[in-house]
Amino acid sequence: MEILDLVWLIPALPLAGFLTLMVIGRRLGEPLAGLLATAMVGGSFVVTVAAYLSLLGKAEEERQFTQVLFDWIPAGGLSVDVGFLVDPLSITMCLFITGVGALIHLYSVGYMHGDPNYSKFFVYLNLFAFSMLMLVLGNNLLITFLGWEGVGACSYLLISFWFTDPEKASAGKKAFVTNRIGDWGFMVAIFASFAALGSVTYTEILSGAGGLAETTATLIAATLFVGAIGKSAQFPLFVWLPDAMAGPTPVSALIHAATMVTSGVYLLTRINPIIAEAAGWLAPTIAWVGAFTAFVAATIAISQRDIKRVLAYSTVSQLGYMFLAIGTGAYVAAVFHMITHAFFKALLFLGSGSVIHGMHAEQDMMRMGNLRKFMPITAATFIVGWLAIAGVPPFAGFWSKDEILLYAFAENPALWLVGLVTALLTAFYMSRQVFLVFFGEERFEVEHAAAGDGDGTADTEDIDEADAAGAGDDEVLVLHDPPHESPPTMTLPLVALAGLAIIGGGLNLPFTGGTKFLEHWLHPVLGENEAHIDVATGTKVGLAVVAIVVAAVAIAAAYAIYLRKQREPVEPEILAEGWYYDRSISAFMGGPGRMGFDAVATFDRVVIDGAVNGVASLVRRTGEGLRGSQTGFVRSYALLIAGGAVVLLAYFLAQVTF
Amino acid sequence: MVAAVEPAWYLILAAMIFAIGAVGLLVRRNPLVMFMCVELMLNAVTLTFVTFSRMLDDIGGQAVVVFVLVVAAAEVVVGLGIIVAILRKRPSATADDLALLKG
Repeated sequence: MEILDLVWLIPALPLAGFLTLMVIGRRLGEPLAGLLATAMVGGSFVVTVAAYLSLLGKAEEERQFTQVLFDWIPAGGLSVDVGFLVDPLSITMCLFITGVGALIHLYSVGYMHGDPNYSKFFVYLNLFAFSMLMLVLGNNLLITFLGWEGVGACSYLLISFWFTDPEKASAGKKAFVTNRIGDWGFMVAIFASFAALGSVTYTEILSGAGGLAETTATLIAATLFVGAIGKSAQFPLFVWLPDAMAGPTPVSALIHAATMVTSGVYLLTRINPIIAEAAGWLAPTIAWVGAFTAFVAATIAISQRDIKRVLAYSTVSQLGYMFLAIGTGAYVAAVFHMITHAFFKALLFLGSGSVIHGMHAEQDMMRMGNLRKFMPITAATFIVGWLAIAGVPPFAGFWSKDEILLYAFAENPALWLVGLVTALLTAFYMSRQVFLVFFGEERFEVEHAAAGDGDGTADTEDIDEADAAGAGDDEVLVLHDPPHESPPTMTLPLVALAGLAIIGGGLNLPFTGGTKFLEHWLHPVLGENEAHIDVATGTKVGLAVVAIVVAAVAIAAAYAIYLRKQREPVEPEILAEGWYYDRSISAFMGGPGRMGFDAVATFDRVVIDGAVNGVASLVRRTGEGLRGSQTGFVRSYALLIAGGAVVLLAYFLAQVTF
Repeated sequence: MVAAVEPAWYLILAAMIFAIGAVGLLVRRNPLVMFMCVELMLNAVTLTFVTFSRMLDDIGGQAVVVFVLVVAAAEVVVGLGIIVAILRKRPSATADDLALLKG
């Protein structure tokens, strides 16, 4: 028996964890429920690694394996299996989903400590892992869609995990509703591919892509792109992701940074032959949407005060980079950046969670400062993440971002310029965050009350939440206990992710053909659709140097402004408010949009309801009119029958006579 | 030699019986009498069937009569049962009192 026959275990283990925790999660309690969930995802990771090694041992053209479990929907011409497609792309996705996922599960064991719904959190988390793995492993669009909706539902459930707070509950709703717009695109794509190709299975769709008419290919690719925009929070549907930070921080790290939001990138990479067949304007559109999103989100991140919102906008921005890469045909770079981003952004989110945990639920960076004194491990790992995202060599982010910028430069220097400015902004806002949180002076006070036992034992922190959250905007935060380092279950994942963020760039080093491991690995999936650029080595080095200089300048500027206080910070309100994008939507929907909705409501009431009620009242009035004929007297019925008989008789007689 | 009765006479007799039954059904109010009128009409029709069977030398008509007899017997059982039940409850009931189906 081959090891690849066991791939069904990859999603099955989290599913088993989900079902088990549903039934006896509450009884298992803390921390057993969390450890069980972690073990399940960890088990998936082990199976994935085994499958990866087995795939690695095969010849390149044989690295594709389909496992069909059973017929799911056999209906006429449509036949959909529950099956898994194992190839380099899906295994790559699985590796970092289960790997980073297991670390984040472990982190949650510590982070969710003391929560009344401790086991429920892990129920959702395991369900999410299952859905996400179905999404990437499914061998047809419908299974992927199943996973797509599954992760959407889990995202909704987890964003509004603390649903008693109306703000958090409505953030969940916002995410869900925004995602529905994207899901519409996905569904249209499924219908279109079935109509055009008679199948929704990837192998058939992708091998048949060459025979598609340009319009059909464009329709399928464009509608899938709409789906990707929704899920991966690109302009104009990015509004839900910053609000999604209302959920517990591990959720932000796992779902809204590392895995779910990258599924749009995965989907577009998966269908690369269709994009290749689509009309010429589609790919540049993807690139420009990505570049624009990256730039806009980065500008917003500069002025945020909430430690998690900075990271949220940063995620939107980095996802924009990935779309930029896909639009320029640099699929390898997109997947590369997706992986390194999963490492360093999960690290940053978990680090910020550790800070929030240590600061007793305070999220305002303006009330932090000098935290490296209190939480050395968190600070050290966070700094690694910062250097990685800022594009400082040799950390992971430098290599992947540089690759994207290189392809953008080859495609269109304007795209490169936008990407470079975004890189500058990225380095700047991340430096700002690090300096505000971990360096400088302490902008909070510690009350010297219960000295002695208040040094960071995990039992006391929940009591302080109310005080910390209740402080006004400009008041100085007063903590009952000094900030403390997080427990080992939380710092261990931080250290592991920091290690990955340092060495992650090694996956695809650009020095020689031999060090581009990821490119070789993904070659069977991408084939000739990966862009081949012809740029001189000197130019490549030049671009890299420019990128490094830009990052250094941005870090120096942030240092001058936020640490040395040589300049006043420039944080215009328009950026803090996210270009008033949210507010414009509300204003539009409340104003002119409202009239549209009212018109639709009136149409519904008058025309649709009118038609339905009209038919009903017509029938009733006809019935009222005909009531009179039903006298209830037997003789009148008999007379009618007799009369009818006479008429019939006369008719037949007439027929005979003439 | 007795002259054979013309078939037409049978038909005329059947028509008269049918007419009596029909008129009786329309003008009488007593449920029992109305029921008897229905039986008259039924038998007029069977008489017609037999006559034509004889005229056309076709056994089919007589076979139908046997069917009609069986059905009529069953119908009498049910119909009479209902009527007797009604008259027991309301001895003076006429057909016009039983107007539950009025719209």
